[in-house]
Amino acid sequence: MDKLAVLTAFLHSIVVYNIPLLYGTVGEITVEKSGSLNLGVEGIMAAGAIFGYIFGCYANSLLVGILAGFAAGALCGLLFALLTVTLQANQNITGLTLTTFGLGLYFFVGNSLKASGWPVMNDFANIKEGFADLSIPLLSDIPLLGKGLFSHNILVYLGIVIAIGMWWYLNKTSLGLRLRAVGENPAAADSVGINVNRSKYLHICLGCGIMGIGGYYMGLNMGGSFNSSCWINGYGWIAVALVIFANWNTALAIVGTFVFGFFNTLRVSGSSLAAAFPGALGWLASIPTQLYQALPFIITAIVLIITSIRNKRGSSGLPAALGLNYYREDR
Amino acid sequence: MSQPYAIELKGITKAFGSVVANKNISLNVKQGEILALLGENGSGKTTLMNMLSGIYKPDSGEIFVEGKPVSINSPEDSKRLGIGMVHQHFKLVDVFSAADNIWIGREKAGLRLKKNRFALVEEMIQRFGFDLDPAKKVYNMSVSEKQTLEIIKVLSYGAKTIILDEPTAVLTVQEIDKLFGVLRRMKAEGHSIIIITHKLNEVMDISDRVAILRKGEYITTVDTRETNEQELTEWMVGRKVDLNIDRPVMEKTRPLLELRDVTIRNDEGALAIDGVNFYIRGGEILGVAGIAGCGQKELCEAIAGLRPIEKGQMIHKGDNIVGLPPKAIHEKGISMSFIPEDRLGMGLAPSLSITDNMLLKNYADTKGPFVNRKQGRADAENVIQELDVVTPSTETPVRRLSGGNVQKVLLGREIKAGPNVIVTAYPVRGLDINSSYAIYNILNRQKQAGVGILFVGEDLDVMMALCDKIMVLCHGRLMGVVHAHKTTKEELGLMMTGALDLTDKYEDKPAGIAKDTRFGEKEGEEEA
Repeated sequence: MDKLAVLTAFLHSIVVYNIPLLYGTVGEITVEKSGSLNLGVEGIMAAGAIFGYIFGCYANSLLVGILAGFAAGALCGLLFALLTVTLQANQNITGLTLTTFGLGLYFFVGNSLKASGWPVMNDFANIKEGFADLSIPLLSDIPLLGKGLFSHNILVYLGIVIAIGMWWYLNKTSLGLRLRAVGENPAAADSVGINVNRSKYLHICLGCGIMGIGGYYMGLNMGGSFNSSCWINGYGWIAVALVIFANWNTALAIVGTFVFGFFNTLRVSGSSLAAAFPGALGWLASIPTQLYQALPFIITAIVLIITSIRNKRGSSGLPAALGLNYYREDR
Repeated sequence: MSQPYAIELKGITKAFGSVVANKNISLNVKQGEILALLGENGSGKTTLMNMLSGIYKPDSGEIFVEGKPVSINSPEDSKRLGIGMVHQHFKLVDVFSAADNIWIGREKAGLRLKKNRFALVEEMIQRFGFDLDPAKKVYNMSVSEKQTLEIIKVLSYGAKTIILDEPTAVLTVQEIDKLFGVLRRMKAEGHSIIIITHKLNEVMDISDRVAILRKGEYITTVDTRETNEQELTEWMVGRKVDLNIDRPVMEKTRPLLELRDVTIRNDEGALAIDGVNFYIRGGEILGVAGIAGCGQKELCEAIAGLRPIEKGQMIHKGDNIVGLPPKAIHEKGISMSFIPEDRLGMGLAPSLSITDNMLLKNYADTKGPFVNRKQGRADAENVIQELDVVTPSTETPVRRLSGGNVQKVLLGREIKAGPNVIVTAYPVRGLDINSSYAIYNILNRQKQAGVGILFVGEDLDVMMALCDKIMVLCHGRLMGVVHAHKTTKEELGLMMTGALDLTDKYEDKPAGIAKDTRFGEKEGEEEA
């Protein structure tokens, strides 16, 4: 097998199979910056996946799928906001409940449809074409990197654009500054006239909507074949960890996604790499897959240790009021 | 009537559940005056002002701003009406710069966050006549800088009426002077100011009129010129109060706790206490005076074993206690109670009940795996009864109590263990007259029982009345130990700023070293 082709495929896989993580991470950062800890990423991505997929297929439009995925995620976010912001429920428990809820919804809708007629992705030309790789002119002609990094489906580019756009929004706009104030000290934000609840509602829904798109993307990656395991397959939980890895910085989340993606893909492509480079990478074949599976979590632990050792004040992106409900009249 | 009142409240009532915090209160603030709002802890001052700042909504009653009836439903409404409040617990985002803290509330900030906001804020700071670096992060600021930022913040939003909730509680004497200068200037510029306080001398110093609340009810408003501290106290407390602090004279024992050449570092690794000597005898109160941050906190922590002593010795009844763990020091009868600036941070767990907080100190005394809640509850009841703690029950979380009661619980728990040395820092911080005097009495009773007390305080008048001797620190160095009844405020002030050094006043007796020291009793002759 052509060595260059193996490496190119490896790079390509890192990007294409892990960008859903970026959606989950950027969405969760958006939510957490408003001071809400939402542990329901897994469930919200699942809900976005199933509704995005079904509506996308019925409309035979990728755009409708993306919008439906976003809407399903945002509705889950609305539920989360209603429970935690208005009704002051515990955020951890609400988030965990949302995971169960989203996964339940996924299987409920999926299984009922499977009985009556599951839409097969390949039957819908617009979706298939819409999801096809788009090559960026010039850049995609670079050997190795070109095909690996600059020839992808539209959702990859959208994910990167959202991540960078969110970074700009959070750090370079007055609205982002206000949002961060809400997450750091809602009482301070409230006292200067910022509508804390509105800000929380908006950003929880926005963030959850982004997660929903990531879920839809996950489903498309799986070719839309519905079986006993959920499309999301734990990626929502990795996204929660990636938030910490990225230090609540959506631009760093891109790096984090690729670092995790690298090890994730090594698990899948390890044997083909070993076969293509028996001298240099032959040892990859002898590593048990369990180690690869554990790697993302081991890296998170290492990153947490490193960041807490060199944690200077003000350098952490952790919102100070994360996980705490705000009630104006509370003393 | 030529000019409408800046603010007028009519028949304001606010209840929290069954507790009525404000009962039918009517008062007014004239334009361009400083109104002092006086009342004990829990008399409803802050609640009333929070209805002006939009935190609470009144159950009934009317608010008029410049003669027009208004309804204030949120801080946003309050801001729009030109009312700005500097809360007692500052409402600032710690990780933001000064400029960004102002910027988040700016009406027309634009979408993009531009670099020139720092220059704009700088210009604003100078226009208001302050001195503050707009790029400085709040977590790097001193308390006084944070307060300055809060004032600039409300001014920048165009506040006409400014409410300050106990602004002086955490400031040093010099900082208070500076603040009052600022307030007088703002008044001259036409601002109306409401200042919540319970320090009578400040009321007399700064205000034009005084409004008094007692237990949620409005008592009266008087011209400051036509009243005096005694009269104000009686209105505030509702009965005659003796404003003298007792200083019982006791037979002094030999030194209980002696520190010799002690050096301690602070969290940043700089010298906090630098070669300090002092001793405490049984039956005396030794005051510690000094400008904020001159090592008082580190000294208290080191005595309690919470902070390592780098150099020097600490002798308790002849035993060296340097390096002992906090628990062993506590068992020797040395108790420490420190009231930090936020008043809830140290010593008590705010969400736990009084009983649980009692148990925190002696849970290890019970045998077996279970805590003895019965004992804890009995202790809690004891403290509540002996120190007049106002609380619904022993199971009420400490953070729900008012400041004075929290401090009584803390002190009560320390005293309950029967210590022979009490180290207490700022025990009356933020307390009203009644509660303060209750605390002084508690300390005096301990002194009469033969306990040695180290009292770290802020108010020089109080220290001169309560303490037997006062040691003065300046930048971690001992400036001398003086007799409280012989010294003057001026002398103490000079020592606190380092202008006067009395450590060598007596040639035969260096300051802070007892003639009848117990040094060397057990460990052989080390020093003369």
